[in-house]
This record gives sequence, C-alpha cells and structure tokens, in this order.
Amino acid sequence: MAYSEKVVDHYENPRNVGSFEKGDETVGTGMVGAPACGDVMKLQIKVNPITGVIEDARFKTYGCGSAIASSSLVTEWVKGKTLDEAASIKNSAIAEELALPPVKIHCSILAEDAIKAAVNDYKQKHAH
Amino acid sequence: MDTPHFPIYMDYSATNPCDPRVVDAMIPWLREHFGNPASRSHAWGWEAEAAVEKAREQVADLIGADPREIVWTSGATESNNLALKGAAHFYKTKGKHIITVKTEHKAVLDTCRELERQGFEVTYLDVQSDGLLNLDVLKAAIRPDTILVSVMFVNNEIGVIQDIAAIGALCREKGIIFHSDAAQATGRVDIDLASLPVDLMSLTSHKTYGPKGIGALYVRRKPRVRLEAQMHGGGHERGMRSGTLPTHQCVGMGEAYRIAKAEMHEENKRIRALHERMLAGLKDVEEVFLNGHAEQRVPHNLNMSFNYVEGESLIMGIKGLAVSSGSACTSASLEPSYVLRALGRSDELAHSSLRMTIGRWTTEEEIDYAVATIKENVAKLRELSPLWEMFKDGVDLSTIQWAAH
Repeated sequence: MAYSEKVVDHYENPRNVGSFEKGDETVGTGMVGAPACGDVMKLQIKVNPITGVIEDARFKTYGCGSAIASSSLVTEWVKGKTLDEAASIKNSAIAEELALPPVKIHCSILAEDAIKAAVNDYKQKHAH
Repeated sequence: MDTPHFPIYMDYSATNPCDPRVVDAMIPWLREHFGNPASRSHAWGWEAEAAVEKAREQVADLIGADPREIVWTSGATESNNLALKGAAHFYKTKGKHIITVKTEHKAVLDTCRELERQGFEVTYLDVQSDGLLNLDVLKAAIRPDTILVSVMFVNNEIGVIQDIAAIGALCREKGIIFHSDAAQATGRVDIDLASLPVDLMSLTSHKTYGPKGIGALYVRRKPRVRLEAQMHGGGHERGMRSGTLPTHQCVGMGEAYRIAKAEMHEENKRIRALHERMLAGLKDVEEVFLNGHAEQRVPHNLNMSFNYVEGESLIMGIKGLAVSSGSACTSASLEPSYVLRALGRSDELAHSSLRMTIGRWTTEEEIDYAVATIKENVAKLRELSPLWEMFKDGVDLSTIQWAAH
C-alpha cells in the first residue's frame, strides 16, 4: 500500500509529540481507541482559561502510519481554535487532507473522536 | 552474490527469488523445445516428456519418494485442495470427520470450510503457546469416523516445525490418511518419505528458489492412497490431475529441488548463523517476544512482537527492509494474524509483530542493517506510543476500560 506524501511527512516528522501534565487545570486529555484494535490515540489540548482558545496541543499515538498522521495533523489544526470550533472538526476533512484510502478512514474518525474527548475532558474539569 | 533489489529482501516465506541456475535450466523449454509432454507421436513430445520425468525424479529425490508418487500441480494451494478434497471424497464412505489445526495455511483451512459445506465435519485443533501441536490433543480428537488428518510441516508465519513423524505414526496406527503441507519445509528440513509416515504431502517450487506457478502433491503408493480427481480432462498425471504439463515450470522445480538437495545442509548452517546473529541483536530490546518455539523452528524465520509498537507503523519506518507483519493494518482484513491469536498472544502483541524471513542471498551486512534500523524505529515509535508511556509509568494496561471501536 502506498502512502500519500502528507501521511509520510507527518509520520517522518510528527508535530507536537509529547504529553502535558494531566492534572493541569488548563489541560484537556482525550484517549480513544483500544490496543486490541491496533490503535490508541492520546490527544491533549492546553486552553487559555480567559479566552477559551486552544493555545497548544500534544499527542501520542499507537497505531499505523495513517493513525499517527491523523493525530499529528489535528494537533496543528486545533491550535488557535476555540473549544467549540475544535470540536466541530470533521473526520472527512482530515481524511481529505491526508488523502486516506477507504480502509484507513477509521484513523480519521479516531482523530475526530480524540479531539471531542479532549474538549469534553476540559469542559468537565471546568463545569461548576 | 549481490542482493537482487533494494529494499533488502527479508520476506523469504512469502516467496524466494528464483535461483539463476533454475532460470537457465528453464529457458530452453520456453524457446526451442516447446513440445507437449503428452504428445506421444513425435520427437517434440518425447523430449519434453523426458524433461518432465527427469524433473519428477529430482522432486522425488529431495523428499525420499518414488517418482511415481509425484503428481504435478500449479502450487501448494492446488496440492492442498487436491489432497483434502480428493481424499475426503474418495474415503467418504468410511467416515466424514477431518482433523486439522488452527494455525494451518488458508489453503487448508478454507478447503476444510468448503468440505464442511459439503457435509464433512472438521475439528480445528488448538496449538500450544509455542505453536506446536500437542499429540494428546490430537489423540483426543480422533473419532471412529475420522478419515483424514492434515498438519503442516513448517508454519509459514512463525516457522515452527511440527512433529510430523509422531503425528504420522499415530494416524498410521489408527488407519487415518495423513496429509502434510510441506510448502515451507522443502530444502529447510530433511524429509525422507521412505521412513516418514505421511500419506499425502503438498509441495511448491517458489519457496525453494524455483519458479511460481508449479508445485506437486506426493501421493503414497505403499500403502496405497487413493484420491478423487478435482480437475478433469485428458487424464494426465495418472488421472489425478488433468492439464497439459508446463515443461519449463516442471524443469525449473526439478532443478530447484536438485540444488536444494545438494546444498541445503551447507546453506542451512549459514542461515542458522545469520538467524543467531539477528536474534542476538534483537533479543535484548525491552518488551520483545519471540513468537513460536525457540528451537523447534527453521532458522529462516524470526517472528517477534515489539510490545507497544504497532506493526504497520514499524514496517513503514524500516523502509529499507521488505518484511511482513501479523498486524491487521497490512492486510485487507482488520483482524490481526489468526496464527498469533491461536498461540494465545494478546491482540496487542499480534498487532505488534514482525515476520523476518531470510534465505539464500541474505548477508551478514543485511542482518546488521536490519537489527540497527529495527532498534532505531522501535525506539522512535515508543516515544510516540501512549501505551509505552503508560507501561513506563507502571500502569497495568489490562485494567483500563478501552473504548473499542
């Protein structure tokens, strides 16, 4: 199977790899997928509590090249977005940007789920 | 000899490069000597027939068989189909029960599924965690109406060698036909059917440095084993498999088997040394697991799981190597390797596996390159892996509620 140039680029040079402190009040963490299915994504967002804008993001992914590329891409996309803007990112946009073949669409779905999970985690931390 | 191509070929269990000596032997039978070996009325046919019969002797010679016990086929898949369907159909009045093993090649498993649709009953035996079949498990599965047992000689994914002599002896004692798929065994392990109690044996050419598209089925004469033909036509191959023989292909397989017989002992010593070099280079990587029995295996195969690293992403990283993975993502299905699952490996370890298979043209330099690039990429991907991070933090991954998708 040949990978698109963009998938290869993200795989070779993954953006924003790493972890934030989970307990940090300004951090939202989303972990989706399962090892048994062959992919697990952890996406973290760092939010400005005043503006509600995502200022930074980190990821770690266990999965195929397309899963790594999908999560690397969304760490770039969510930066500068509000929580609601980030949560409205659609998997189809990720799949289109990376030119994912049909068999890899689930990787983009997982990335969308990861953003939603991170946003929800942040919102739950701040639900008073 | 130089490596034929880059990336470095470490997928010898998928297929072998054709030995140049084999190619040279084949060419004349594609050019000037074009006759049909079944043409009895002129010299074009006679010379082709002589070439096919010489090749048949060379094939028989490698496995200690009589040439009259060799039936040409298109490869191991056809041989497995002919053996299983042919024997089941012929002996169906004796019983309808067949036994095989969960780690068999799909050509056996899928043929068994078809026989189930035709009304036969098939038992699929579990293997031990080392990939070997426990003889007591086989004994317990045998019924009065068992007519056929099929157990592969060398496993294509994990390289383990089953105890064919013991399984065959048990079948012989019970009067059950015993078939073994030896596609991965020829030239790698000694086979002497004069003493080995196997009734039907599937052979292929392209895993022993011959051309693709040709194989054979060994059909024992003493005691005689009968088959019902699956391919009907001109009555070639004593009625067991009709179809014009491809002279050049037969000659190629014969030459490949001749070379195997002459060189396999020296060659396997060299490959064992390469195997040990590779294993020594990789075994100390943290959280690495060897799949399949450590000694009861062919040295050509090294199948390892690198925990917390997904197989396809690893293959993408080690792009200088042509290897394969038991990971689901490299195949059309989304299920990880059924062979590794049958060993009781967790899905994670099945997803994290790499099958490296070496052979005639593998060099020490290639092994060293492979070890270095695998280590480098495993380390890189673990830095990316949330599972590795959790493992390092002491989190027991089995206690986590994963959102399966």
